[in-house]
Amino acid sequence: MPRPVQYNTNIKLVEIPEGYSGEGFYATSFDKVVGLARKNSLWPLPFATSCCGIEFMATMGANYDLARFGSERMGFTPRQCDMLLVAGTISKKMGPVLRQVYLQMAEPRWVIAIGACASSGGIFDSYSVLQGIDQVIPVDVYVPGCPPRPEGILDGVLKLQDIVQNESLRRRKSDQYKALMSSYGIE
Amino acid sequence: MSLTNDIIKQNLTNKFGEQLTEWEEQFGFLTVKVPAEMNLKVMQFLYEDEGLRFRFLTDITGVHYPDRKNEELCVVYHLHNMIDNVRVRLKVYVPSSKPDVFTATKLFAGANWMERETYDFFGFNFIGHPNLTRILNVDEMDYFPMRKEFTLEDATRTDKDDEMFGRGGTTATPVRE
Amino acid sequence: MSEHHIKLAEESIQKQTTTLNLGPTHPATHGVFQNIMEIDGERVLETTPTIGYIHRAFEKIAERRSYYQVTPLTDRLNYCSAPINNTGWHLTVEKLLGLKMPKRVDYLRVIIMELSRIADHLVCNSVIAVDTGALTTFTYVFQFRELIYEIFEEICGSRLTTNIGRVGGFERNFTEAAWSKLDKFLKTFPKTMKEFENLLNRNRIFMDRCIGAGPLGAEMALNYGVTGPNLRAAGIDYDVRVSDPYCSYEDFDFKIPVGTTGDVYDRYLVRNEEIWQSLSIIHQAMEKLKHLDPSVYHADVPDFYLPEKKDVYTKMEALIYHFKIVMGEVNILPGEVYNCVEGANGELGYYLISDGGRTPYRLHFRRPCFVYYQVYPEIVKNGLLSDAVVTLSSLNLIAGELDA
Repeated sequence: MPRPVQYNTNIKLVEIPEGYSGEGFYATSFDKVVGLARKNSLWPLPFATSCCGIEFMATMGANYDLARFGSERMGFTPRQCDMLLVAGTISKKMGPVLRQVYLQMAEPRWVIAIGACASSGGIFDSYSVLQGIDQVIPVDVYVPGCPPRPEGILDGVLKLQDIVQNESLRRRKSDQYKALMSSYGIE
Repeated sequence: MSLTNDIIKQNLTNKFGEQLTEWEEQFGFLTVKVPAEMNLKVMQFLYEDEGLRFRFLTDITGVHYPDRKNEELCVVYHLHNMIDNVRVRLKVYVPSSKPDVFTATKLFAGANWMERETYDFFGFNFIGHPNLTRILNVDEMDYFPMRKEFTLEDATRTDKDDEMFGRGGTTATPVRE
Repeated sequence: MSEHHIKLAEESIQKQTTTLNLGPTHPATHGVFQNIMEIDGERVLETTPTIGYIHRAFEKIAERRSYYQVTPLTDRLNYCSAPINNTGWHLTVEKLLGLKMPKRVDYLRVIIMELSRIADHLVCNSVIAVDTGALTTFTYVFQFRELIYEIFEEICGSRLTTNIGRVGGFERNFTEAAWSKLDKFLKTFPKTMKEFENLLNRNRIFMDRCIGAGPLGAEMALNYGVTGPNLRAAGIDYDVRVSDPYCSYEDFDFKIPVGTTGDVYDRYLVRNEEIWQSLSIIHQAMEKLKHLDPSVYHADVPDFYLPEKKDVYTKMEALIYHFKIVMGEVNILPGEVYNCVEGANGELGYYLISDGGRTPYRLHFRRPCFVYYQVYPEIVKNGLLSDAVVTLSSLNLIAGELDA
């Protein structure tokens, strides 16, 4: 006797990018397909140092569940990840470490600064704290809050997904990008 | 009979006489000033005396008093007798030109990092410390940030306009005033 | 900035033993701790911890902030249990000012502090489980941390860095929603906690990983200034809540669990039992609150307690007090005070020197995990590398508190 099968009909699929389809083929620009794939499988590298790290743990947890957005697997090695999440205060002692982690990531790589400290130094305007991580590495998305709520962090990830989806394949080869990198002393 | 501040004071005076000064009892916390060369002797007495038994080092920290001539820097020890639940605070004043204090690491292993932190912040020279190096700040730092003459903010930063933060001027103030 | 952060010994490649750099961003360290280990195969010979990777200069900042502005700083010390830090700071200032709180404020504070103790212990114990390979428990109990966060949010508007309460009481009374959320938590949590214990306490793998790992004897613990659950696991029944009762803890009936060998398993069990004791304290506090006037949530000390905002806009007197407190024109006497509370990981002390000005002359935090982290190289010596990882998480080190 065949067992009754219940299919989960409550699944949301991403929309097919604009293109031409006919019998047995579908054609669109390479940019859109790659963007779609990258967007929905971002591998996060949590660089959690302090309070925001705890909220990031909550974001990964069951209630907020970052995995819903294609970021299931936390990678703890920079070489495999493409989304660096800097959560927490970065001190001057930590700055070089952060920079090295960023350098170890393969292109294309994106950075989210979670919380006031990572974005601007926050309430710690002191001799030992880096006043924002954008002094040592380029940042794509800033999430405000001290610490931001998990919803805020999720919003930051979604914002980054938009950036990733719409990024041109040639961007990382452009002169503008090279100028940005060399302004951070990265060749 | 429980151990009271009076008994501790009596015991210490019997042993060290007039060398201990500035007795205080704010909020019931016995405080005494100890000469710099005697800090270890007093702590050892407090540790080993069968009646006193101060065998737990709660805390070591430093304070900077720029106005006290020749005793600008102060090390503060908090000792705890867990059996009778009494605490005592020792203060050792040294001049900032020669901030030499004997280390307490031989008596309490936990003093190691506390003294390193105090050195890092104030620049005390703990004589006999096994590894007196900076602990929280970067090794290259060339001043002792908790001393009162240094500002809180980093002088080299250029990203924050001080005028917006109510501190006047458009450039950061220099570190050394 | 130079590349100063990797400090391998010279010619370390030529040696028979291996130098292993663990951290500061290693996934198994749960924070920014760096340990340079000298290992012989799997055995740890020597460990050199490096700290200070998130040194934020709390004590220097505190010298530039007026008393009520220091509270947000204390949040960020031990951010897993921020309300204990906040309350500890308020108690210190109240001690300096000689303020006496009504019983109801004390009991409300006790509820808040015990809730955050539960939250903190949950993180620590579930992280031990993660390091032994049981990730499920972590995601499971984190749902209940969310419930605690919701209670905090209802009381003070913030989840993690709470900035809860004020010098002189709470900024507002507990709302109905807060009480009902607390009820919900108290009803649902014990079942989950039992499940959590069932999953781990007698779990063969968990026991094999934890028993005998990182043993800390009583004598060594006292010599190194270890406090809190780690000291109690070593067999010393020292708890600030009992030895120096604050916030009317003397009115409550609770037990101090102690361990025997001080290994990871003992520390885990002590924390678990403390969660049950905290639950019992919360129940007792709620019972006691029934007999008190429900409208009291702060002491009657207008000189130090910020008036309600709507009064500030409508009443002259409230406006004056508000102005005086915010501008730091309050009359704070010179003095020195040391006050300690039982933080989630040990004796959290505040050494405050006031010179009568609007800011503290000197404020020193006795951070429990800064003091006891130095015992780590001793207790992992001659153990296995995998034990060292579990030991690190069982010590409940919080990077923000460690580095101040």
